[in-house]
Amino acid sequence: MKIDHSLPLEYSTDQNKLNILGFWIFIGAEIMLFATLFASYFTLVDRTGSGPSGAEIFEITPVLIETLLLLTSSFTIGLGVHAMRLGRVKAMLTFFSVTLILGLAFLGVEIYEFVHYVHVGAGIQTSAFTSILLTTLGTHGAHVTLGLFWGLYIILQVKKRGLTPQTANKSFIFSLYWHFLDVVWIFIFSFIYLKGMM
Amino acid sequence: MEFFERFAVPHPSPAIYASMVAIGLVMIALVVGLTYFKKWGYLWREWLTTVDHKRIGIMYLISALIMLFRGGVDAIMMRAQLSAPENTLLDSQHYNEIFTTHGIVMIMFMAMPFIFALMNIVIPLQIGARDVAFPRLNALSFWLFFMGAMLFNISFVIGGSPDAGWTSYFPLAGNEFSTSVGTNYYMIALQISGIGSLMTGINMITTVLRMRAPGMTLMKMPMFTWSSFIANVIIVFAFPVLTVALAMGTMDRLFGTQFFTMENGGMDMLWANLFWVWGHPEVYILILPAFGIYSEVISTFSRRNLYGYKSMVASMVVISLMSFLVWAHHFFTMGQGALTNSIFSITTMAIAVPTGVKIFNWLLTMWKGKIEFTTPMLYAVLFIPLFTLGGVTGVMLAMSAADYQYHNTMFLVAHFHNVIIPGVVFAMLAGLTYYWPKLFGFMLNEKIGKWTAWLLSIGFLLAFMPMYITGLDGQARRMYTYSEATGFGPLNMVSFVGSGIMAIGFALIVYNIYYSTRYASRDISSDPWDARTLEWATHNPVPEYNFAVLPEVKSSEALWDAKKKGHVLFKGKYEEIHMPNNSGAPFLMSVIFFIWGFALIFSLWIPAIIATLGIFAFMTHRSFEQDHGHHISVKEIEETETKMRGAK
Repeated sequence: MKIDHSLPLEYSTDQNKLNILGFWIFIGAEIMLFATLFASYFTLVDRTGSGPSGAEIFEITPVLIETLLLLTSSFTIGLGVHAMRLGRVKAMLTFFSVTLILGLAFLGVEIYEFVHYVHVGAGIQTSAFTSILLTTLGTHGAHVTLGLFWGLYIILQVKKRGLTPQTANKSFIFSLYWHFLDVVWIFIFSFIYLKGMM
Repeated sequence: MEFFERFAVPHPSPAIYASMVAIGLVMIALVVGLTYFKKWGYLWREWLTTVDHKRIGIMYLISALIMLFRGGVDAIMMRAQLSAPENTLLDSQHYNEIFTTHGIVMIMFMAMPFIFALMNIVIPLQIGARDVAFPRLNALSFWLFFMGAMLFNISFVIGGSPDAGWTSYFPLAGNEFSTSVGTNYYMIALQISGIGSLMTGINMITTVLRMRAPGMTLMKMPMFTWSSFIANVIIVFAFPVLTVALAMGTMDRLFGTQFFTMENGGMDMLWANLFWVWGHPEVYILILPAFGIYSEVISTFSRRNLYGYKSMVASMVVISLMSFLVWAHHFFTMGQGALTNSIFSITTMAIAVPTGVKIFNWLLTMWKGKIEFTTPMLYAVLFIPLFTLGGVTGVMLAMSAADYQYHNTMFLVAHFHNVIIPGVVFAMLAGLTYYWPKLFGFMLNEKIGKWTAWLLSIGFLLAFMPMYITGLDGQARRMYTYSEATGFGPLNMVSFVGSGIMAIGFALIVYNIYYSTRYASRDISSDPWDARTLEWATHNPVPEYNFAVLPEVKSSEALWDAKKKGHVLFKGKYEEIHMPNNSGAPFLMSVIFFIWGFALIFSLWIPAIIATLGIFAFMTHRSFEQDHGHHISVKEIEETETKMRGAK
């Protein structure tokens, strides 16, 4: 395996470069996935049937907490990748762990939010609006959940194997994924919650 | 007892019982045969665990041919039922199931894998690479497709086939009107194979962008690679839409959500829109690689370089963009209003322009060329007039005002078969014949091949031209019978005869494979067609590592220029080659996906949860796995190369 030392570790082998490009293309597909969900959401947002509308069920406090948690986690994983580039494994692992804890907290608040919706009579079967709302939020939440496991695996691997071209590559790709989830959340926050509450 | 009733076929007939017995016998024969000949180890080592793009291509090819016959039997049964008025061969329920499975099997499980087969086999060779970017992912893509296809195909013996049409429009496909598990099969089998297709898209784009031989700039790529590259870009942007639509449909059926229902705000037209936002680009996913094959074949057998290379590329890029802007033409009659319909009419007609550019490019490539009528070339030459006919009727259908007359008639059925059969199927058969020596080291018989091409063309014309006429006269599609007073009888009989001739043609393909395997000469050069591009610069059949030394390229027709202008393709000495290791994980994980799908279809929640955990267990294993591949030593390469050269 040829290692090119003039590049950051995560780009240092041919396979690493392929992995990163492939993941960017995968993010392209993910954008289409969420775009389809958003398009369906905008189509169905006013079709509430006999159920509640967004303005009646949205609560600003949990949403703001979630936003704060996820945006901070995106910042900390940025710091983690920065630490990785400096070769400081301990700092990197700390930042990655903080990221995952913030992600876990986000997920906790989101689960609370879902319970609240079901409690006020906005379950997934209530109306077309609640179906698409919970599906869109749930798809994002499922991505975060998957990310928690994935991130944990990467932390364990870096701990055990140290920073190699492979582990650096995985960590970097994971950071791309995490930032992407953050971007999706910004759209959810703006176009689902804020627009719904206005 | 109630539990088991779900698995029973709702409308059993002798044919279905016969298929059950046939499936059982084939399974037993396979197990006994593999055990008797002690081939289990061979099967596992060489095929089930392989990550070699050529072997994966061959498995796609075999699956596609099997599915061609499965879909073909459906077609024959439909034509037989319609061959006479008031026929009672099939009842309406069976007819519904058969036209649904025919459509899905032919598009998703025949045409798609056929295209993936050729992409897998040809792209790495054509760009001078040793494999695709992610060989393990490639194996997973294949096995997911395969398990999706198998899951779909057991529907007619366990629980009943889907019967809401290959488009499965809601509310017909909803629980209220489709009570059997058939439509669950549709949703979940397509989901599983769709994930596989999406991953192939990502894999191929990365391969083409990053793994080309030194000197091969984008504008020096052979045309099949270009066309497949663009098709894969469409895959990456279109398939997620299908993923979401199928997920919503599944949730509507299994979890009682309200996406496409008729009450509580549900919107049935949302399904139609999402389906066709995927479905129309899907048509171009199929046809663009087919155009690529024709470009290779026509240029090779006219002994001329491809006319208008840049305009070919530009027209495909335009087609790929426009393919996302025409979807509403599939339902002009469903009340969008005149403005929307007019816009989609114009975009649809406009897409004929870049397609026309390509037709003229092929004609001008042949102009003054030394045309050699081999079987692949014969398919290509038959394709041009037949496909143009289909294209012209497409423009007729694009006129939204006139479409009120054609909508859901046999005219439409004739149109899309007229573009898909000469467009895609002929291209795949041309590609099969053209690349056969690359895979197996011998050529398919030319005489049988030409008979096949002519029989398919004549059968095609007899089967589908009458439909244009009966369609304009008002024969609706998807109707299982018609009265004698309509006068559709004689023309439908002609169609039936045509479909029989096509069946003979398809059977001849199998005979040709058998005949050529037994009798064809193994003494062929690496370049039996006197071809122009890089895939013919290595041995037949191709060694595991493709190229002993990676080629250096100066033009888009690297091999031709090496032959005629003396360019040197292979510089340098043998070096150790790094290759990926085989793995059983893709196959086993796909088996779990199969179980997961089956459990969901029958709402067996506990097995479904266990299977989901199983899938995550495989992903966890993959995350922790360290697989650095293996190396082929210079000595081994020298031995292989000497042996291959000796075989010439």
